[in-house]
Amino acid sequence: MSEEIIVRLQERFAGVTPRESLDWPALNCPVEQWPVLAAALKDEFAYTFLADVTAVDWNEASPRFTVVYHLFSVQKHVYLRVAVDCPDDGEPEVTSVSGLWPTADWHERETYDMFGIRFRGHPDLKRILMWEDYPYFPLRKEFPLAGWETDLPDREVAAATGAKVIGAPMMGGPFVAPHEGPMSEREPRGGDETWTEKNPKPKE
Amino acid sequence: MAEKKEELAYDTKIEGDIVVTKADAAINWIRSHSMWPMPMGLACCAIELMATASSRFDIARFGAEVMRFSPRQADVMIVAGTVTYKMAPAVRRIYDQMAAPKWVIAMGACASTGGMYRSYAVLQGVDRIVPVDVYVSGCPPRPEALLDGLLKLQKKVGRERSLSRLGSVESPRLSPTHA
Repeated sequence: MSEEIIVRLQERFAGVTPRESLDWPALNCPVEQWPVLAAALKDEFAYTFLADVTAVDWNEASPRFTVVYHLFSVQKHVYLRVAVDCPDDGEPEVTSVSGLWPTADWHERETYDMFGIRFRGHPDLKRILMWEDYPYFPLRKEFPLAGWETDLPDREVAAATGAKVIGAPMMGGPFVAPHEGPMSEREPRGGDETWTEKNPKPKE
Repeated sequence: MAEKKEELAYDTKIEGDIVVTKADAAINWIRSHSMWPMPMGLACCAIELMATASSRFDIARFGAEVMRFSPRQADVMIVAGTVTYKMAPAVRRIYDQMAAPKWVIAMGACASTGGMYRSYAVLQGVDRIVPVDVYVSGCPPRPEALLDGLLKLQKKVGRERSLSRLGSVESPRLSPTHA
């Protein structure tokens, strides 16, 4: 069943290629074919529910960004994963599908917020989690978990308190639970506990 | 007829209705036993805050049961939960809108230090934007811990010089480490 849908789609869409997957059928779609494919998937293949939109940052590789859609068919009870590579590494852009699945509106805003991928034709593409003038895209590979220093969202409050958005003190973190050993010794802890807020991180 | 004597001893008619004390002590007693909280519930600590207010723990025993959702009517802001940078200006504005005298309890690890959220999105301690009077540890703290924090704050208010504070409406300064 999983291959059948891919074969049928490949007959219709020349650029579609199967994609490696551990669970549900998955395929790669060229960015220019994506709007047509999406409409067909919804109207002809009964993928009426868009479960998720997210993206992958491949760091050094090119194309750097891949937008990933998870579609679900309520009638057939099957998922389909569609991956769309963004051609431009600097200013990645994909056509919005919020006209087809209204739920894509907020999902695409989140993907834009975290990765900086623009969705052409989106009705109101603005940040959804971070504040409007936040200057970074936090899920990009070059962005550290601790974050970079910038200004508070509110200028008046920033002036009154002198507070800034700071890089979070990681103290040897990020904090992860070891996979092995007894449960009592598997509290999440930083990988390197030699440095703390009082003992600064040693220079390499 | 009995001869009218000069009043030298205790007279119940007068002193039975009078308590002699210092103005500061009276004001502080009133203030510390009718602290109306501003419930700044931002995350799971707010659930424990609600439990503290409910019948089993009953914050009313300490005169702080009047949760006011208007900062104008509140005395103590209980910051219960993770303060994100996006939320931080709102917390500060609500604090600014509270009428003096006002106090702040940082409830739980997140409000006190950022807690486990060592992240680009979370304010690393609400004391960076508002002056905190009492920090309550825990993740989240049990209701008893919050009540203990409230009692500590009551003791702290009891030591304040309230009459001299009446003249000034300035809010207390932030600690110099963050200012």
